[in-house]
Amino acid sequence: MRSPFGWFLLKRLAQAVVVVFFVTLIVFGLLHALPGGVARGILGAQASNAEIASFNRAQGFDKPLPVQYWMYLSRLLHANLGTSYKLNQSVGSLIASRLPRTLVLTGVSTAVAFVVAVPLGVWQAIRRRRLADYVITTGAFVGYATPVYFLALLLVIVFNADLHLLPSQVPGTYNLGQLLAHPSVLVLPVVTLAVPTIAVFSRYTRSAVLDNLSEDYTRTARAKGAPERRVVGIHVLRNSLTPVIAMLGYYVPVMFSGAIVVEEIFNFPGMGLLFWNAAQTSDYPVLLGVILLIALATVTGSLLADIAQAVADPRVRSGLK
Amino acid sequence: MTRGTTGGPGTGDRSVPAAGSSPELGAPRPAVAHRAGRGAGMARRVARDFSRNRLGMVGLGIIVGLVLFCFVGPLVYHTDQVHVNLAQVDLPPGHSGHLLGTDDVGHDILGRLMYGGRNSLEIGLAAGVIAVWLGTLWGAVAGYAGGWVEGLMMRIVDAGIAIPALFLLLVVATMVTPTVPMLIVIIGLVSWLVPARLVRAETVSLRTRDYVQVVKAMGGGATRAVFRHIVPNVVGTMIVNATFQVADAILLLAYVSFLGLGLPQPQTDWGGMLSNGIQYTYDGYWWMIIPAGVVIVLVVSAFNFVGDALRDAFEVRLQGRS
Repeated sequence: MRSPFGWFLLKRLAQAVVVVFFVTLIVFGLLHALPGGVARGILGAQASNAEIASFNRAQGFDKPLPVQYWMYLSRLLHANLGTSYKLNQSVGSLIASRLPRTLVLTGVSTAVAFVVAVPLGVWQAIRRRRLADYVITTGAFVGYATPVYFLALLLVIVFNADLHLLPSQVPGTYNLGQLLAHPSVLVLPVVTLAVPTIAVFSRYTRSAVLDNLSEDYTRTARAKGAPERRVVGIHVLRNSLTPVIAMLGYYVPVMFSGAIVVEEIFNFPGMGLLFWNAAQTSDYPVLLGVILLIALATVTGSLLADIAQAVADPRVRSGLK
Repeated sequence: MTRGTTGGPGTGDRSVPAAGSSPELGAPRPAVAHRAGRGAGMARRVARDFSRNRLGMVGLGIIVGLVLFCFVGPLVYHTDQVHVNLAQVDLPPGHSGHLLGTDDVGHDILGRLMYGGRNSLEIGLAAGVIAVWLGTLWGAVAGYAGGWVEGLMMRIVDAGIAIPALFLLLVVATMVTPTVPMLIVIIGLVSWLVPARLVRAETVSLRTRDYVQVVKAMGGGATRAVFRHIVPNVVGTMIVNATFQVADAILLLAYVSFLGLGLPQPQTDWGGMLSNGIQYTYDGYWWMIIPAGVVIVLVVSAFNFVGDALRDAFEVRLQGRS
């Protein structure tokens, strides 16, 4: 571990731990910023003071804040996210049953987006400042600027209300196997979630390819007579894909944001819908558990992205302190 | 999905830091390196380059058009946006003189687009500016301080980015009934993280410059260094980023109503109109959905076109000198 790369790994890991620590602080602070406290939110405005006091005692909310935070942290370290107030299940098991479905939704739509966006971006870079570039650029900006729920509404109006082609609601009881056995229910949610991702990734691919097209190695490859198809398809594409793939790691929080909207609109029984319903019923253990999990996924995603870039690109690696 | 919500559609400068990179590897290239004192000539050249960018000019035209529509339009097209009129609900476009029809409580939709657009534009602009200012100060202080202070401040930014804004806003929606100033503050407070990263990265490169070191050696305070020497040098980055921030703030505002944090009736904004239309998806009342959705897409795209063109204009200057 004496190598610069080893130090880089250690430093990034330490940073990730600090970030997760701050996230627990923010999440804990959020819980205690509630007007009237958690007890009011759960027991309602009608609850008597005695009921509130006994709820606070049972939950440990009557202890000093640092003690409560310590208890919260030690529970987390034992992988205990608490118990839902409303659903009478542990938050861990609720998330465990919903997470795979959300991962199918986000995974499939990211894969679709990637397959569409990368060729689009490369095509734009080659045709820079020509008609195709302007048309796709405009499309990408419009795709980015469209609120996900507006896009979902348009798709539902066209493909469900008018054409009766695709279902607009996922049966709430569907488990993972049933989802995969009825792919038609996945089409609209996946497409809705893929559009803004295509917008972002095609722009990003375009700029990565443009950067590489102006590099010395591209000029060398052209000068030695390599056909343009080979220069772009092999040399440039390979070097451009590294930052684009790394971008997937940084994209985790955006993907989850899209998922919460899409799941609510299409009644998709994933983690986003779990969070949405928990927000409506003030089910705070579920809210905090989901936020913490997403934050962990985000930190892990950007850590992996950094490592992937350092491993794949010697120029990045040599720049490490 | 926004940004805050979202990583932008921009090129590398914006997308990588927007989505949460490490300070070392994903460090954004500074969009601008411009020296204070060359201000006027610089501005002229940027304006000239910008005016040659077709998409940028189209974006600027759309923004000017929408501002006129929202602020001058009501002087020409008079409608009642306050009272409920149950005799005039759900009218299709063209009926009884309502060019775009009426909504479910009888408000004229075209007039409501003007009225709600003021809120969308004002909140978006104010929140975007707050976010950039907050981010600039945070990033400049962190970058200038260096050491463990910088590390601590940037890990706080990382933690903020790890909690997606939509999730936060959905929880906030269960606690408060929003007003316009409150929405400005809330959206500003969840949007300052990306500009903080951009400015910090530029400040780090400025920190070692001679003139900043001289200020330090002469005993100039940190406040003076930050405000007199660092902020003026990141002004280009701030301008470019502010354009994107306003776009993202308007987009985020469109989600806010969907999350249940919208302005209470009779107030509204474009997002409020759009999410109000959701319940009529199957009734064929397209005029309650499409117009509001289209203006949101128009204004957000327009600000992105302008931001992209501005960044290119600033970058051309950079290339021209080096």
